[in-house]
Amino acid sequence: METLNHNIQAIPLNHYILLCSIIFSIGVIGVLVRRNAIVIFMSVELMLNSVNLLLTAFSVYRGDATGQVFVFFIMALAAAEVAVGLAIIVMIYRNTNSIDINVLNRLKW
Amino acid sequence: MSTFYFIAFLSIFFSILVITAKNPVHSILYLILTFATFTIHYILMNAQFVAIVNFIVYMGAILVLFLYTLMLINLNKDSEPQKSNFIKVIGFIAGGCFLVAIVAALKAYKTSQLVVLQDPNLGLVKNLGKILFNEYLLPFEVSSILLLSAMVGAVLLATKEPKTT
Repeated sequence: METLNHNIQAIPLNHYILLCSIIFSIGVIGVLVRRNAIVIFMSVELMLNSVNLLLTAFSVYRGDATGQVFVFFIMALAAAEVAVGLAIIVMIYRNTNSIDINVLNRLKW
Repeated sequence: MSTFYFIAFLSIFFSILVITAKNPVHSILYLILTFATFTIHYILMNAQFVAIVNFIVYMGAILVLFLYTLMLINLNKDSEPQKSNFIKVIGFIAGGCFLVAIVAALKAYKTSQLVVLQDPNLGLVKNLGKILFNEYLLPFEVSSILLLSAMVGAVLLATKEPKTT
């Protein structure tokens, strides 16, 4: 554990922010580019996870454990969201025989 | 120090593969690898509780749920919908603009301190449990109601409606 603590001491906070924003934007691009509903869901998970990593980094940086408690709550939220969202996707597939989100254009009217 | 940069490179690489893989099953497998690199990030920060919960909840539960749903849906590869190239380019430009905006805002904040772990007990289960059950007891209980309602909602949505004639 001592060596791990030495490992972390050399990393500037900016590099954590940069890493998390890159992964967050990859998630945004995934939501915009793909049409498969499940892959869009996975991109949302990617965004949630990058925010979790950034919260933990800030929590370690400030020496305040509240950030990690929030990460725990975000994980509970993500689990609930995934359960409901995947149930909705299964139901959409059952009704339209496709998980292409463009099929859901009719929701506009 | 170099461990962090290697793992960061791996997580960016795998997350790009997640959104570019044609087959959704490969996408999910790459997402599992991405979450594994995130777990290593947490361990490097000595946030042991978050690392274990990330390992169990994300890599264990949520991604198995994804794979199970994919198995239920039984996608063929040729039914995989693709957007037109124009939309793809627009999406990449939009996401890139977002990234550039954040990086530019980061550049304005010149000085960057190092992330130093002052208290090695910060991320341990004992410390976090004390905080969670003292200051955040009410949100903890409310999140249990959230999980219960999500479970009920998922069961309600996913069951077939009985024939009403």
